[in-house]
Amino acid sequence: MKAEVLYRKLLVELQAHLEGASVNLSAAQINQPIFLAGLAVGGAWLAERLAKDLALPQFGVINVAFHRDDYAEKGLSAMRSASSMPTHLPFEVNGAHIILIDDVLSTGRTVRAALNELFDFGRPARVELMVLADRGKRELPIAADFVAEFIDLPEQQILALEKDADGHFHFHIEERHG
Amino acid sequence: MVKPIAKQAVKQTNAAGELTHLLTLEGMPKEQIVQILDTAQQFVSVTDPAREVKKVPLLRGKSVFNLFFENSTRTRTTFEIAANRLSADVINLDISTSSTAKGESLIDTIDNLIAMQADILVVRHNVSRAPMEIAQHVPSFVHVINAGDGSHQHPTQGLLDMYTMRHFKHDFRNLKVAIIGDIVHSRVAKSNIHALTTLGCPEIRVIGPESLLPSDLDMLGVKVFHEMEAGLKGVDVVMTLRIQKERMEEGQVPEGNAFFKQFGLTQARLALAKPDAIVMHPGPMNRGVEIESAVADGPQSVILQQVTFGIAVRMAVMSMVAGN
Repeated sequence: MKAEVLYRKLLVELQAHLEGASVNLSAAQINQPIFLAGLAVGGAWLAERLAKDLALPQFGVINVAFHRDDYAEKGLSAMRSASSMPTHLPFEVNGAHIILIDDVLSTGRTVRAALNELFDFGRPARVELMVLADRGKRELPIAADFVAEFIDLPEQQILALEKDADGHFHFHIEERHG
Repeated sequence: MVKPIAKQAVKQTNAAGELTHLLTLEGMPKEQIVQILDTAQQFVSVTDPAREVKKVPLLRGKSVFNLFFENSTRTRTTFEIAANRLSADVINLDISTSSTAKGESLIDTIDNLIAMQADILVVRHNVSRAPMEIAQHVPSFVHVINAGDGSHQHPTQGLLDMYTMRHFKHDFRNLKVAIIGDIVHSRVAKSNIHALTTLGCPEIRVIGPESLLPSDLDMLGVKVFHEMEAGLKGVDVVMTLRIQKERMEEGQVPEGNAFFKQFGLTQARLALAKPDAIVMHPGPMNRGVEIESAVADGPQSVILQQVTFGIAVRMAVMSMVAGN
C-alpha cells in the first residue's frame, strides 16, 4: 500500500471534483467558496500538498483535541500528539463549502470531533470528507465522500501517515499497546 | 503572622507520574513544567478571534469550587474565566459569610464540598501548606489546585510568569532574571525561583533590603543584591513584587516613600537592564511604591499580558489534573 500512489488518486479525484462542482451545482451553490481543511497532523499535511498541487490560495487546519470523546478516559495525553498544530481556518467558515481531509478513517470519532471544532468557527453551507485510507470498523454513522483506498487491517494495528524530509508520504504500521 | 503547617511530603502526581493536584513548583520536573506551558499555548487558541464559540467542552459537567480564604480579585477571576472556557460549572464560595466564619473546621468545610460533588477545589489560604493538607484529605477523584498559600507557593502564578518569559524571551538558558522587593513574604518569588532553576535559567537575582530577603535554602543559587543599580545591570527580565504590609512586622520595611527611593523601579533604573528587557508584576500593583507609573505603563511592561496568559495557564492546569 503506497501512500504516494493513493495521494495521486486523491489529487486526481479532488481536481475532478473541483472542476465538476461548477458544472453540476445549482446557481446558489456555485457562489459558495470551496476550501480544504486538513485534520491535524496527517490530514493537514495532505491538505497542504493538495492546495499546493492545485494552486489553491489557502487551506485550513483542524485540531480535534478540544472535542475528543476520550478525555474522561485518557485525559489530555491524547491531545499532545497534535499540539503543535492548532486549528487555523484562514477563511470565512459561515456559508463556505468545506472539504475535510484526513489520512485514515476508521471509527469516525475523529471526524465527529472535527465537525464540532469546525462549527465552533461558524456554520458552513456544506461539508464533505475525503480520506486516503478507509479501514472500516465504523462506530458512528459517518461516511467519506471520497476514499483513495479501502484497507482491511487487524484491529490491534495502528495505521499512521508519515512525511519524510522530501515531503513524500509513507504509511507506517504499528502494533497497539495495552 | 499565621503559623504555617509543618512541611511534609505530599504527592501531586499519580502512580504514572501524571499531575493530579497542583500544589507546588518545588521539585516539579522540567518535562512537567514544559508540558503545562505547551498545553497552555494550545488553550491560547480558544480565544482566537475567528472562533465564534470561545469555549471548549473538556470540563463539561464538572464542578470547580473557588475557595478563597484570603482576598483575591485577579486570581479568582481568572480561575473563574478559565473554568468557564472549559465549560465547567463554577461555584465561588464567599468565605467571609460562610460556615468557616461560624467556626467550622477546614476539613469539615472540604468534606461538605465533596458531598456537593466538587471535582476541582481551587484553594487560596493565608496558612502556608493548607492546600497540601486538603489534597491529602480528599478522595482520588477530587483535584486540588493551590491558588496561593501564605508565604509558601503560588504555582499557577509561577507558571504564568514562566509562560510570559518563554513567550517574549523564547529560551531560559541565557536568561538573567531580577526579582525585586519583598521576597521573604512572596510565594510568587518562591514559585518563580523554583521554576526558573528547574528550567535552566543561569542567573536569578533578588534585590531588596536585608529585612525582606530570606536566608533559607530556597535561595540556594540565587544572587543577592541590596541596591538596584548593581542588581539590574544587564538583566533580561525585571520582576517587581508588591510590598505585603499584611504579612509584615513593624519596622520591616522602610516607611513611606523611603522604599521607593531605594528600590522603586523607575525609568532611570530600568535603563540599566538590557534595552529589550521586559517588566513583570504579579499584581496588585502599588504605583509610586514599588513601581513608577511610567514604567508600569511603558513599552517594556508586559504586566497585562501576564494576566491574559494566566487564563490559558489555568485552563491547562485544570484540564490536566481533572483528566488524570
